[in-house]
Amino acid sequence: MSELKSGSNLEKVLKAGHFAFTGECGPPKGANVEHLREKLSHLKGKVDAVNITDNQTAVVRMSSWAACAILIQEGLEPNFQMVCRDRNRLAIQSDILGAYALGVRNMLCLSGDHQTFGNHPQAKNVYDIDSMQLISLVKKMRDEQKFMNDEEIDVAPKLFIGAASNPFAEPFEFRVYRLAMKIDSGADFIQTQCIYNMQRFRGFMKRAVDMGLHERCYILAGITPMKSVGMAQYMAKAVPGMDVPESLIKRLRGAGKGKVAEEGIKFAVEQIQELKEMEGVAGVHLMAIEWEHRVPEIAERAGMLPRPKV
Amino acid sequence: MIVANRKPLAEIREMVENCDKILILGCKGCVTVCNVGGAREVSILASILRIARKKEGRLLHVDEMTIERQCDPEYIEQVKDRVGQYDAVVSMACGVGPQFLSEAYPAQRFFPAVNTTFFGGAIQHGVWAERCAGCGTCIIHYFDGMCPIARCSKSLLHGPCGGSANGKCEISKEVDCIWDKIVRKKMEEGHLKDLLDPKPPKDWRTARDGGPRKSVREELVQ
Repeated sequence: MSELKSGSNLEKVLKAGHFAFTGECGPPKGANVEHLREKLSHLKGKVDAVNITDNQTAVVRMSSWAACAILIQEGLEPNFQMVCRDRNRLAIQSDILGAYALGVRNMLCLSGDHQTFGNHPQAKNVYDIDSMQLISLVKKMRDEQKFMNDEEIDVAPKLFIGAASNPFAEPFEFRVYRLAMKIDSGADFIQTQCIYNMQRFRGFMKRAVDMGLHERCYILAGITPMKSVGMAQYMAKAVPGMDVPESLIKRLRGAGKGKVAEEGIKFAVEQIQELKEMEGVAGVHLMAIEWEHRVPEIAERAGMLPRPKV
Repeated sequence: MIVANRKPLAEIREMVENCDKILILGCKGCVTVCNVGGAREVSILASILRIARKKEGRLLHVDEMTIERQCDPEYIEQVKDRVGQYDAVVSMACGVGPQFLSEAYPAQRFFPAVNTTFFGGAIQHGVWAERCAGCGTCIIHYFDGMCPIARCSKSLLHGPCGGSANGKCEISKEVDCIWDKIVRKKMEEGHLKDLLDPKPPKDWRTARDGGPRKSVREELVQ
């Protein structure tokens, strides 16, 4: 981690040793640019970079790279998410070049939710390569200035490479090894699945630190504030690989009518404060799903403001 | 073997709607083994179609025949004298059968009575499961004999993804996560290291992605 790999704001913030804070925004289900700009306006100046999701949960939305370009126009820094579900290696590489040409400097490499989850379950899936191979590909394009087939790239994309890790999916014992493989493949930073079981996450981080992974990669812990008891129950039951302890559901329920959202935010703020002190955690990735307007408040209360200028 | 399912009756009836005389042709290969297109199933389908048409007051003449294999010109030769007498021949073989028949007897119409689904085997009586995707480059020796191409919903070479829970795939609680099995087996054996070496992207040219495939064995070509 000596010279800058991409020169992105996120990279500079992390390299300077600041506790990073990234946000997230789902592109519109249509070409409603105004709605997108409105959502983004809440995040400006409150986070170091904004993840732009790529047809998340396999539901068709405005393309991630296009939403990234709009975000850049708005003066924010995108973290371009790309899934392997919808593109073969030709489309992957051309979209990487296109996104870079439009000013994208961070990219998160994902396998993607299977299309059976989404609104086009009849679709043919691609999965030409997987997320591990996508990480290696972006690194090769950046560091060797070569395409996957070894042909030279005329102006290579210099991207800060991100990957995901789910400490709560099974088999648990293997998760830290899979994280290590992603780092070996070239991940510069990691954003984890939403954390609700802090005890389990602490155990995961301890193993990562014991293996020295935090020194080879920046690990950002994922936080999603709960908006309602229903949301917590849905995540607990219906979202694979999500660990929502019963105690949290009980706490939210105990908040009483009209106060659950506030309790959800309070919990998220407590989590962020705890994560700031946790060894090996380099920042927080806040996924406030369709709750962008609450991000400034969460950032303020968690002591994440002002964001560093680097 | 090749596993198949019989098409819904309504679909088969629609195919033969304008026919007065048909032959239902079974196959003694894979579709007999998976109880979908052997002599027994030919007989059942023939009876159903006859009765259904009788109810409509329009008789359907249905002949029955089952040959050794429909994917072999040698056996297809056996129906030479029968084709041409029918409005349609309904094949109960996998998708190969009606195509080989059509190629051999271009003047005769052939309909498929089954949907060909996958390469697999019976995991219990009456239940078949997919095991091979026919990708043309077998790699199961890296994964203790389990194929992630055919058996992982995302064909991941570096699984399991974040959707693996309780040994099941994120797409359904009915689907095993093959990566969960691979990882657990490697851990049990103390061979986890085998999985930590990254695998290169797969060359899909040997799979269907490379276009329709042909296998040529020079020593057998005359």
